[in-house]
Amino acid sequence: MDWIAFKLSLSLSLWTTIILLIIGLIVARLLAWRSFPGKSLIEAVVALPLILPPTVLGYYLLTIFGRDTLLGQTFESLTGDTLVFSFTGLLLASVVYSLPFATQPMLRAFEAIPNDLREAAWCSGLSHWNTFRYVELPLARPGIITGAILTFAHTLGEFGVVLMVGGNIPGETRTISIAIFDRTQAFDMQSANTMSLVLLVFAFVTVSLVYIFNRRHSHIVV
Amino acid sequence: MELTVFLQQQKPIPLNASLSCNNGEVLALVGPSGSGKSSILRCVAGLNKPEHGKVTCSGNVWFDSEQNINISPQQRHVGMVFQHFALLPHLSVIENIMLPLRHLPPSNRKQRADEFLQRVNLKGLESRLPNTLSGGQQQRVALARALARDPAVLLLDEPFSAVDQVTRRKLRLEAVQLTRNLNIPIILVTHDLDEAYMLANRISVLHKGATLQTGTPDEVMNHPTNSTVARLIDMRNLFEGKVLSHDPENNCTRFDWNGTVLEATYSSKFNIDEKLDWCILPAEVLLHRRIQPSRGIKENPVYGKIEELIAIGGTTNIIIKLNDNPEVKLYMDLPQHVVRRNSLKTGEEIGVTLLKKALHLMHK
Repeated sequence: MDWIAFKLSLSLSLWTTIILLIIGLIVARLLAWRSFPGKSLIEAVVALPLILPPTVLGYYLLTIFGRDTLLGQTFESLTGDTLVFSFTGLLLASVVYSLPFATQPMLRAFEAIPNDLREAAWCSGLSHWNTFRYVELPLARPGIITGAILTFAHTLGEFGVVLMVGGNIPGETRTISIAIFDRTQAFDMQSANTMSLVLLVFAFVTVSLVYIFNRRHSHIVV
Repeated sequence: MELTVFLQQQKPIPLNASLSCNNGEVLALVGPSGSGKSSILRCVAGLNKPEHGKVTCSGNVWFDSEQNINISPQQRHVGMVFQHFALLPHLSVIENIMLPLRHLPPSNRKQRADEFLQRVNLKGLESRLPNTLSGGQQQRVALARALARDPAVLLLDEPFSAVDQVTRRKLRLEAVQLTRNLNIPIILVTHDLDEAYMLANRISVLHKGATLQTGTPDEVMNHPTNSTVARLIDMRNLFEGKVLSHDPENNCTRFDWNGTVLEATYSSKFNIDEKLDWCILPAEVLLHRRIQPSRGIKENPVYGKIEELIAIGGTTNIIIKLNDNPEVKLYMDLPQHVVRRNSLKTGEEIGVTLLKKALHLMHK
């Protein structure tokens, strides 16, 4: 059992979820009610990782993150580290890869809030920020939590993009899914079996807990 | 005038509206769906921005396209009751009413909200969620929330349309009592003429975004300015005619109605031979009693057969097919006891009088 890989996977999933919660909320909230030129284009870009093969996405990310690109060079000059084959690069890739999984449920949840509820809040004197906080956020909560769960689960099980961008560096980019692949290739079936089982149980318990929690706190019918 | 509204726009729907409403006055906006009633209300609330216009309330300018003023809904202090109430589903009844009370210290909010809850007779439902309430209760919560805003104007967007008929009648009565004590302008949007008649001090008739006529319910019902207004207020007896002669000495203007000569109150504004529209309220059509003919029998008598009798509540709507004008249908509303006493039945011949002073003439 590769506990370092397991911890790395957890850490990657957690950070991706936190970052995408923020980005997802902003993107979903911006796209929800407004219509502006180019909105469909932005929606398409956000949804793109859903349909692209991980290898294609990974290939392009690898190209963008490379040492001779602006992004790669800037990162290297700031941190002294390369973006490819590093945890940060992996995290960035995960954020891009899981973006639709976070955004889509949140977007649907915001869109489902009837407009007159927001207007009622404004007429009651609530500022736009307070309307977001006390009306939109609680009503969109199930969608937000779903987005977070999907992001977490999706990142935990990520394989193709990780392999392309991160490689297989222990403690840096070797996630549990890579470790399982690695062990299977080495015919170390016992390790692969243990890790798969741990991942399966862990994923199942986490997702169940969140769903139970969500059910208990959402007596809301919109 | 405490609230004055002037709006003009082409898109998204055309508006050409001009209204005013005093403190303590209920102004009803009536008109078919799509006539711009709700849009006007939303412009007053600040939820829509018209192309041109001006909205002022108690001397404060809320909107002025020329000066580029557009105060936000938050700053306008309007109490709005939405058509489907727009109660926040995740907040309890009391929390919904506390929403506009956020400017108070937290300890006072609940107490104030309780007072408003009491005013709409909903004590005991504080902790319930909106979706566990009946339609009527939800409407009351929405009203309490609007009042808790301490509004400068109360806006009611078809507030009784989403509840059943029995509840609607009860809520209307409550609304009459409640609005009587409010000394602010109240605008009621409705497509229900009875509701407007019952609740409003003045009615404004809207068509394609334009305010065609504004007046007391009686003025509008009895004296629509033209045939469009007459149609919008569901004037069933609306006909065409042609002016024949004026007789100022007898206070009389005679006109032709498909061969029948009728007399109306003298009105010099019509020229001889001018084509006109005229109307009479079905309740103003008088039945010639069979047992004991009354003296009004000489005034514009017309005769026909009863085509249909429809009893609604205590009133019977009678459709008369005229002997001289078989293609014209004349409507008459009679109390049911009169129908019974005169034993009126379908197919029977009757005579009716169109009282001179009840005939209303309109320019084409």
